[in-house]
Amino acid sequence: MSGSTIIFYMLAALTLVSGVMAVSTRQIFRAAVFVLFSLIGVAGLYFWMQYEFIAAVQIVVYVGGITVLIIFSIFLTQQAGEKMLMPKIGRKVFSALAAFCGFALIMLQLYQYTFASTTNLPIEPSVANIGTQMMGIKESGYSLPFEVVSILLLAALIGCIVIAMKPKPQTT
Amino acid sequence: MMQPGLYQILFISTALFFIGAYGFLTRRNLITMLMSVELILNSVNLNFIAFNKYLWPDRLDGLFFTIFIIAIAAAETSVAIAIIINLYRSHHSIDVENAEEMKY
Repeated sequence: MSGSTIIFYMLAALTLVSGVMAVSTRQIFRAAVFVLFSLIGVAGLYFWMQYEFIAAVQIVVYVGGITVLIIFSIFLTQQAGEKMLMPKIGRKVFSALAAFCGFALIMLQLYQYTFASTTNLPIEPSVANIGTQMMGIKESGYSLPFEVVSILLLAALIGCIVIAMKPKPQTT
Repeated sequence: MMQPGLYQILFISTALFFIGAYGFLTRRNLITMLMSVELILNSVNLNFIAFNKYLWPDRLDGLFFTIFIIAIAAAETSVAIAIIINLYRSHHSIDVENAEEMKY
């Protein structure tokens, strides 16, 4: 067993164990911290697959941005240290059963299927290649989706400000 | 132990997806439901990257899908948190049972 294999299984265990803890702990702040570790585990898997750019984006956007946003919203909306209510036992059992059945179904399908991979020469996922293709307007260029996502982000920013704005007090 | 490959990564992403689905079904708090949605989105991203690396290494399409999913997830999270904070202001609670008045 090589070092790469050991690192892979450690990252997998980090991701899955902290994911399970995040959905089962009763303190909301701990849930946020476990989600943080799960996202770091996924970023580690991207590093393991040698997609360094995606791993960096994952750490910057998810670990640095979204988790901090979630933690701030916890501070704004929750009394600290208060435990969440236990879900009903029936709902817990049925949710676990549904999740396990779906998981088993997909695993069954997956191990019966053999994937055929291409034999062409691989492209290195370097930042130069990614940038050239993302801004490209030729075949398999991603210029149009890039612009659409830009518009979407602008709309989301304005929408957030409008939704979270305090209503003006009446001054007449 | 097996040599890690496509099947092992797909196992991880499927497990992460259904962990997120379990959390989404059991939690009654809007912020924790949002965290479960984040886990689900991350499992999908992992899937795209794994397929790109092991099946089509001559193209970068899976990587671009992942980048766009990350951008859209960030936008979605910020809008969701704005709605949650607005809901807390008017109801002083962020349970989904108390949020059903939103539809009127």
